[in-house]
Amino acid sequence: MSRYLHIEKGGLLTTIQDRGRTGYQQFGMVVAGAMDAFSHQVANCLVGNLRDEASMEITMVGPVLRFEEDTWIALAGGDLSPQVDGKPIPMWSSCFIRGGERLSFGKARQGIRTYLAVAGGFEVESVMGSRSTYIKAGIGGWQGRALEQGDQIPLGSAKVMRSFRRWLAVGERPHYKKSIRLRVVLGPQASMFVKGALETLFTTSFEITPHADRMGYRLKGSPLSYQERADILSDATAPGSIQVTQEGQPIILMADRQTTGGYGKIATVISTDLSILAQASPGHKVTFAPIDVEEAHRLYREQEHFLRRLEVAGR
Amino acid sequence: MEMQALGDTGVRIHFGEEIDEKIHKQIQRYCGALQEKRLKGVIEWVPSYTAVSVYYRPDQISFSQLKKKLLSIQEEATSLPEGESRSVDIPVVYGGEYGPDLDAVARHARLTPDEVIAIHSQGSYLVYMMGFVPGFPYLGGMDPTIATPRLKKPRSVIPVGSVGIAGGQTGIYPLETPGGWRLIGRTPIRLYDPHRKQPMFLQTGDQITFTPITVQEYDEMTTSEERGSGGVHK
Repeated sequence: MSRYLHIEKGGLLTTIQDRGRTGYQQFGMVVAGAMDAFSHQVANCLVGNLRDEASMEITMVGPVLRFEEDTWIALAGGDLSPQVDGKPIPMWSSCFIRGGERLSFGKARQGIRTYLAVAGGFEVESVMGSRSTYIKAGIGGWQGRALEQGDQIPLGSAKVMRSFRRWLAVGERPHYKKSIRLRVVLGPQASMFVKGALETLFTTSFEITPHADRMGYRLKGSPLSYQERADILSDATAPGSIQVTQEGQPIILMADRQTTGGYGKIATVISTDLSILAQASPGHKVTFAPIDVEEAHRLYREQEHFLRRLEVAGR
Repeated sequence: MEMQALGDTGVRIHFGEEIDEKIHKQIQRYCGALQEKRLKGVIEWVPSYTAVSVYYRPDQISFSQLKKKLLSIQEEATSLPEGESRSVDIPVVYGGEYGPDLDAVARHARLTPDEVIAIHSQGSYLVYMMGFVPGFPYLGGMDPTIATPRLKKPRSVIPVGSVGIAGGQTGIYPLETPGGWRLIGRTPIRLYDPHRKQPMFLQTGDQITFTPITVQEYDEMTTSEERGSGGVHK
């Protein structure tokens, strides 16, 4: 027997995402996946799912969702004032929802993307090894598109019946501020820039422009000038790659980034900080700090260890 | 062999400075060795004109270990026999509604449309790399006499399968996207179909030729393409 989640309103941009469609980048296939991978995984762990299970990425203006049957859910990431039948429910915590109840959202209080996990996950088709929605190619998630009023999303059955609440301690939750510091690994084309460019990158602050979406965040600030031209022979990009346009303005590549690009890349934002950036919105300020690969890996492993413990504890 | 960090989950291995068939072959061989070795912690890799970028999981392999392994693979790769490249034929209807810019390309090259078709379909093109959109090949080998600048005002929609020219490059559109390429024809072959067993029709290293077909052949092939067939031959 399938259970369904009824979409009564779609919200601004509500999509099904997992950790992305890897393995096909050499064919130009965009990876997609959750913008804030940390919150996506936490939400899953809190309801006893595996971290790779699909979750619902909800952006700024949330949807209205009606549950058919009793189920455990969890919300992690940006606080969009979630409520069940009008009563506020906590973020970073599992919650028991009764059949017939409605989950809705209000004002975006902190952050802009929230991740809804449902015990048992969303039963959507896996395309090329992933359930992530990639809207431009119309694949993955629910019919390759954002959710709309009238959609009915089948839910998986929870492997374990959970009967207690779980949450993240306050000290374990990220705080999303209007001014963030991002740690970056230099290169691969840092040497294409004038001498002063790195100093500008690390001593001045940049503002997130309205051109900030799942593909990339365009920033504006003091120009990071090239010695000559901005273009390179088309080459592979990475999540967090900081491409710089000929005018010297940075674009940080996010989940829906093209696999290859022709701009020089001055540095790359580290994995753990990309989840924080995914919660920032236009007008927010960004500063950059250099870090070496080994230190970035230490932070990566620390987060991985935390998530693994959370995953095991939930099952 | 020069290696650079591509953030904390990637390494870029540099092979050269320009678009060059020899560099391409080294890259192909290296990717072949990566495929064979299946290093623990390595997720995937992307070959480009001058580099191979390898993506990995830092919780499964350290940076120094990975670099050491990638270096030793290079030694093995040089001793591997050269991989056979596939020959792939792409049938194309040239001109008319399928290639609305054929006449403009001909005017620019001071040739007749038939001469442009002859030049384009007599060439052999190498897939140097893929990217931009799923299934899109970066092709080398176009005769410079038919090079034509992009449209000043890009089209908002370019139909799937369109074959076009942009500057000295020729390419095929796997998805419906906006773009400024000069469209000279269209193929019924789907370069990208996520529900096919092999979602991508082409791969880096393929040697491509274009064969002119009639509108009637195009229609017949579109029907069979919908049934899920398509031909690659070695």
